[in-house]
Amino acid sequence: MNDQIVLHYEIPSDDFTRAGEASSNVKKKLKKMGFDPEIVRRVAITMYEGEINMIIHANGGYIDVIITLDKIEIIFNDSGPGIENIELAMSAGFSTAPDNIRSLGFGAGMGLPNMKNYSDEINVESKIGKGTKVYAKILVTKRID
Amino acid sequence: MTVEELIESKKFSVINKASNTNKEISKPYTCDLLSIAMGKMPERAAWVTVMGNINTLAVSALADASCIILAEGCALDEVAKMKAKEQDITVLSYDGPIFEGALIIYNMLVANE
Ligand SMILES: Nc1ncnc2c1ncn2[C@@H]1O[C@H](COP(=O)(O)OP(=O)(O)O)[C@@H](O)[C@H]1O
Ligand SMILES: [Mg+2]
Repeated sequence: MNDQIVLHYEIPSDDFTRAGEASSNVKKKLKKMGFDPEIVRRVAITMYEGEINMIIHANGGYIDVIITLDKIEIIFNDSGPGIENIELAMSAGFSTAPDNIRSLGFGAGMGLPNMKNYSDEINVESKIGKGTKVYAKILVTKRID
Repeated sequence: MTVEELIESKKFSVINKASNTNKEISKPYTCDLLSIAMGKMPERAAWVTVMGNINTLAVSALADASCIILAEGCALDEVAKMKAKEQDITVLSYDGPIFEGALIIYNMLVANE
């Protein structure tokens, strides 16, 4: 493997027929590269939640994934409405998802908490009316809990 | 127990059969909220749910479910059916409630031990 592999994904807004494609793609690639299945699963879950949030809450955006042997970084960028209270948004069960989104099975308010649980480091920056940037890092070395 | 053995039990009807049905089933898992399922579903689960849309398929693939069982006779919508074929995911259906569907699988797993 090269020193680092960078993947870029454009996430369309409101397109549920394609939701999860970017995450599936990354998952397949990591599997092929021979990463530990548990690491692959954690990346896939983190990325899917961020991808879905972009579609539901932010009119799409883009995701960059930086893969090295010892860590996988996922950077989500959108120009959506932003998050008013990040701490509240990160708490389990908090959701502003409308009913039509809930009827699809989303809106449990567990997306950001899942991302936090499954990554080793997460950082959310947001400006109202400007957009949101989420950085998540998953270490490849087995965690010593 | 493998997905193939679950299919052969004829307790569920087949909506889509993946090319690989030799996947082991670890345990049944039930939840209709995708983010909870995503975070909590054990690997290689037989996921019993009433949600038959493409997002269910995406979550099952990402969370490494072995198969999906749609309870209460729920069907996959057309887009989801295509996606199941494309992504090669086994989807079964069950006329009864979620709990009963999961219990059948649980009992089969215990009997198989
Ligand atoms: N990219 C984003 N842009 C704007 N708001 C967001 C974004 N991601 C999350 N949020 C806000 O944070 C809340 C919690 O997100 P999350 O935990 O993923 O739950 P859910 O998506 O189920 O609502 C959302 O309901 C939304 O208000
Ligand atoms: Mg979410």
